[in-house]
Amino acid sequence: MSASAVFVLDLKGKVLICRNYKGDVDMAEIDHFMPLLMQHEEEGLICPVISHGNVHFLWIKHSNLYLVAMTNKNSNASLVYSFLYKLVEVFTEYFKELEEESIQDNFVVVYELLDELMDFGFPQTTDSKILQEYITQEGAKLEVAKSKVPTTVTNAVSWRSEGIKYKKNEVFIDVIESINVLVNANGSVMSSDIVGSIKLKTMLSGMPELRLGLNDRVLFALTGRDKGKTVVMEDVKFHQCVRLSRFESDRTISFIPPDGESELMSYRINTHVKPLIWIESVIEKFSHSRVEIMVKAKGQFKKQSVANNVEVRVPVPSDADSPKFKTSTGHAKYVPEKNLVVWTIKSFPGGKEFLMRAHFGLPSVENDELEGKPPITVKFEIPYFTVSGIQVRYMKIIEKSGYQALPWVRYITQSGDYQLRTNV
Amino acid sequence: MTDSKYFTTTKKGEIFELKAELNSDKKEKKKEAVKKVIASMTVGKDVSALFPDVVNCMQTDNLELKKLVYLYLMNYAKSQPDMAIMAVNTFVKDCEDPNPLIRALAVRTMGCIRVDKITEYLCEPLRKCLKDEDPYVRKTAAVCVAKLHDINAQLVEDQGFLDTLKDLISDSNPMVVANAVAALSEIAESHPNSNLLDLNPQTINKLLTALNECTEWGQIFILDCLANYTPRDDRESQSICERVTPRLSHANSAVVLSAVKVLMKFMEMLPKDLDYYGTLLKKLAPPLVTLLSAEPELQYVALRNINLIVQRRPEILKHEMKVFFVKYNDPIYVKLEKLDIMIRLASQANIAQVLAELKEYATEVDVDFVRKAVRAIGRCAIKVEQSAERCVSTLLDLIQTKVNYVVQEAIVVIKDIFRKYPNKYESVIATLCENLDSLDEPEARAAMIWIVGEYAERIDNADELLESFLEGFHDESTQVQLQLLTGIVKLFLKKPTETQELVQQVLSLATQDSDNPDLRDRGYIYWRLLSTDPVAAKEVVLAEKPLISEETDLIEPTLLEELICHIGTLASVYHKPPSAFVEGSRGVQHKRLPGSAGSGESVDSPDTGSAAGVSEAPPAVIPSQGDLLGDLLNLDLTPPTTTGPPPPTSGMQMGAMDLLGGGLDSLMGDESEPPPIPLRTDTPQSPQLSHQSPSPPDYSPTELGGDLGGNPAMAAGFGAPPAVMPTSFNAPVSGGLDDLFDLGGGVGMPMGSYSPPKTVWLPAMKAKGLEISGTFARRSGVIQMEMTLTNKAMSVMTDFAIQFNRNSFGLAPAGPLQVLTPLSPNQSIEVSLPLNTVGPVMKMEPLNNLQVAVKNNIDVFYFSCQYPISMLFVEDGKMERQVFLATWKDIPNDNESQFQIKDCHLSSDAASNKLQGSNIFTIAKRTVEGQDMLYQSIKLTNGIWVLAELRVQAGNPNYTVSLKCRAPEVSQSVFQSYEAVLKN
Repeated sequence: MSASAVFVLDLKGKVLICRNYKGDVDMAEIDHFMPLLMQHEEEGLICPVISHGNVHFLWIKHSNLYLVAMTNKNSNASLVYSFLYKLVEVFTEYFKELEEESIQDNFVVVYELLDELMDFGFPQTTDSKILQEYITQEGAKLEVAKSKVPTTVTNAVSWRSEGIKYKKNEVFIDVIESINVLVNANGSVMSSDIVGSIKLKTMLSGMPELRLGLNDRVLFALTGRDKGKTVVMEDVKFHQCVRLSRFESDRTISFIPPDGESELMSYRINTHVKPLIWIESVIEKFSHSRVEIMVKAKGQFKKQSVANNVEVRVPVPSDADSPKFKTSTGHAKYVPEKNLVVWTIKSFPGGKEFLMRAHFGLPSVENDELEGKPPITVKFEIPYFTVSGIQVRYMKIIEKSGYQALPWVRYITQSGDYQLRTNV
Repeated sequence: MTDSKYFTTTKKGEIFELKAELNSDKKEKKKEAVKKVIASMTVGKDVSALFPDVVNCMQTDNLELKKLVYLYLMNYAKSQPDMAIMAVNTFVKDCEDPNPLIRALAVRTMGCIRVDKITEYLCEPLRKCLKDEDPYVRKTAAVCVAKLHDINAQLVEDQGFLDTLKDLISDSNPMVVANAVAALSEIAESHPNSNLLDLNPQTINKLLTALNECTEWGQIFILDCLANYTPRDDRESQSICERVTPRLSHANSAVVLSAVKVLMKFMEMLPKDLDYYGTLLKKLAPPLVTLLSAEPELQYVALRNINLIVQRRPEILKHEMKVFFVKYNDPIYVKLEKLDIMIRLASQANIAQVLAELKEYATEVDVDFVRKAVRAIGRCAIKVEQSAERCVSTLLDLIQTKVNYVVQEAIVVIKDIFRKYPNKYESVIATLCENLDSLDEPEARAAMIWIVGEYAERIDNADELLESFLEGFHDESTQVQLQLLTGIVKLFLKKPTETQELVQQVLSLATQDSDNPDLRDRGYIYWRLLSTDPVAAKEVVLAEKPLISEETDLIEPTLLEELICHIGTLASVYHKPPSAFVEGSRGVQHKRLPGSAGSGESVDSPDTGSAAGVSEAPPAVIPSQGDLLGDLLNLDLTPPTTTGPPPPTSGMQMGAMDLLGGGLDSLMGDESEPPPIPLRTDTPQSPQLSHQSPSPPDYSPTELGGDLGGNPAMAAGFGAPPAVMPTSFNAPVSGGLDDLFDLGGGVGMPMGSYSPPKTVWLPAMKAKGLEISGTFARRSGVIQMEMTLTNKAMSVMTDFAIQFNRNSFGLAPAGPLQVLTPLSPNQSIEVSLPLNTVGPVMKMEPLNNLQVAVKNNIDVFYFSCQYPISMLFVEDGKMERQVFLATWKDIPNDNESQFQIKDCHLSSDAASNKLQGSNIFTIAKRTVEGQDMLYQSIKLTNGIWVLAELRVQAGNPNYTVSLKCRAPEVSQSVFQSYEAVLKN
């Protein structure tokens, strides 16, 4: 169905740790993985699936590790990749950093986790918070806990344990919207969308029932209300705690939240958004002598709002030298290892316009290697504001002990994949 | 303190030291030692020698230590099966531990120990665990059944575990249900006929309920299982869809894709005018688009699947072009897939935007990506007719960049544009020609040559251009050589006066100096064509070619349907059916989409209806009788037997191997060695004797399409004079060159024998829409099987191939079936397949029966047909008079047969001429009492001589033929040929 075996390899392809789940593939097959990967890389055709005879390797890379699943069946590939990424998530939550050292330092726990996360190729319990209740890094602790399987493991509510207690019951809600924009060289917006995410930090006792109300246009239409601004969400994805069939039938977002931090939902909005920070650039390249760059950045959002930590990243040729900058605000820095000029503006009020000029020398002997045309990218954060206008209208919290709990909401808009192509 | 310290002991005598530590009394020390052992195991050291010592540590109440020992056991039990038994007791005991964690651990580990001896002991504990009060143990036990089944399927069945597993589908705990479903699906997949998952509406309902409550992985197991179900009607289909759609909002991409699979499949059953159908279509687009924000590997899987979905239901994503625009930082595999989908979604409405994007990509630096972008522009031109002009001008702009690989790629696609829109854009040829010198890739050179040849009449210096390629002819790749040959022949036919020398040069390069059989054959074919009938040559070579269509890159519909059933899996990533890459799955039934509602198809068993896989096709084997083969082949080599009648043909079943059924793989010609032709010299003397040796050795399926040039029969056939010896190639070459330009000179060569009109061999009804009619002809010494293939189905047919069963005269295709362009619905194509007679031999009943298998992308079809035996009469069948006389006397009278030909009104001379056209040669003529006696000889391809006496009486329309032959079996067929030739 999915994986016959899972391997963690170092950058050279040496097996750091592995687990054979089904015993139907020779474990030595993994030796073919790295040479094939190198060959594909040389040919410029890397692919997430590599096959050698009847054996297929599905792999991802994380820091200095390769995580590889091996199979000889028609496996569910999307399940395998999801599982590998889940593996990264769980290991990271256990060891803070997932890298070669942390695998070696914790190999006993890694084995235990591999045993619990998957059985005979079927992923099992992968929620790290629950796993941490019965697989711990401290041997001593374990002996105390060992007499119990957390009922959560097999509960319908498999993401929250019972008996959680807080003195003060609070929920923090973060609404974060990322803007993806692709602008072509002549300044027209090719595509744009908003990917929103609602994150929770839950500090609630017991098993609370929560209901989240948004200004969702479909919901308003269903209930016949039509006052105020509403938002059309193109596609919504929920954490598994949300009752999907309930949402499907009456758009109610109801759930028992996981404890602590989690992403409750994400959504995508397709409406055409005005790029919040608009960039106009003139890049003139005089072969064998110099490059001149002029970049104008304009804040196309409300005057009351301020964008923080704005970074405009402008590509320059790899053989450029002797940079000179002039900026109307903020400061510019040359990052030669990335062939970029990074122009940083700590605080960028709406409606304002700033300018940056850069001058680079070019060697008289031209680099004959063809270079790509990387786009200008922009990073920013605008607090207390969402582009889509989405709002949390209410968060109802009901627990059988009847405590009062307070929800706190924060809004933030930030750049996502924000690319502006240049004409050089 | 971290675990890494365990890796650092590398001292000598380590094993010995570890052994001591493992046997220590101190718990802590023991645990440390086991950790060291596991650490050594992790870095690949062999610590199996410590097996008994580690197993001794198993009985511990320390869970961590227990887990480590279990881990050790899983790794080494297989290499120490006898000692592994030592562990059994502890396992059994642990399965009764009060702590469910330990019970589950024990049952989970036991299943992973793939030692037969242990499995017996596993049964009782497993039975208990399957009924355990704790769901954690039950869910682990459910998976254990699948493990055990993998080791010993019979045991699992005998113990009734499968029924227990089925009961678990009704378990109260959703996790247990999910694992039971997963285990059952796994078992069912490896035993397709076990009928384990007899899904019925009740179980489906249970699954749908569990779907709402189990973990994300459990949801995937259940959805994948649901996808195997076929609803009874559209209403059930709709109600399942309604309960599955909420899963599209799950954060896990794999859950979403599995839900998409179920919906795509069940949607087939919904009537298209249903409101719900439209709603469902609308619901599918947003989640598919959102998958593109997932991790790159998941994006890749999603894109490969979207590629399938877009082909099956283009309406879903037709407005979503923009999301497939390539981002600078996308990994290359994502970029390439996005490009593919962009072309599929390209339409008149969005083509301007698409072209602007593609042009942008074409100036990137990643070579593979740029090439594909250029190619994509060409495909847009072919797909969206209105955009062709814009595409061509975009390509010209790109050619101006002079970036070498861009130019070459552009030329390749412009060639295809010409093939789609002939005579429309030849104004660009001048620009193309400017870049001639920079082309160094075979594909681009071949494309350029094709363009020059095709438009030779409009290019003033076409001859110079082509000549420039000719200089290095032998250094070119085959592709270029073939194209150059064709190009120059085209040029010659268009401008015959100035290019004689050129065409002679290329023909001799192709036929004399090349050892590539394809090239040589094509050279000879042009040569014969030009030398015998230049008008026909013009008609053939310069014939109007069918236009290419955009469908060429679409996945063939039945495969597409199968792949839709495999959404999310490796098959959907590879775009190949699982049988193509999973070992041992050949017998597995191909998945099919259910029939749509109201189409009248039975929906009860859609998996078996029209889905007959290769393995299920009835092999058309007719048991052949008698071993007359020996006689047929050897009569003129061995002294004639005077013992009387031929051996009886009854009751001598030969163990004929099923060439058609089993030899499909060899259709593609991946076997390297042709099997021997069965030559048997021991003619059975009596029935008894032949009963004792009833079966000849089994022959493996023959290789088809072997080296044409190495085949004497063919070589002889190509030579102009019939008597040319097959070994000398130069003779026909020079002969051919001489008469090449002596076109009007009327070469006195018989222009081919009688050929019956085409008849339908394979009706469309029996071949899923493919109709084949055909006939045989002998032209210039080559036997041709001439067929008309007609596509009466609704979908395009491709990938034709042909194969013959063993037959009486060893007829076999001399090359692959040349159907180069896909056959569109309602289209017919004429194919001429040259045959040789070096295939394996087996006597057929009737003698001239031929069993044929034709394969295309849809299936394999079988039919049999009969060829006129006159096809086998060779050109050098004229016997010397003396030899004739001696032979006539030598053949016993018993072998003579006499036939009457009625209603024939030819004079004896006219008859003689007519017969000669079919290689029946008159050796002498005698007139006795107003009756003309023609003495004639015939030689068959296998060397058998047939002697004939034809009596023609003036005024009498009835002729008498007497045939004498050492293999009298052929007489009947030869007589039929006489009749056919004389009466037509």
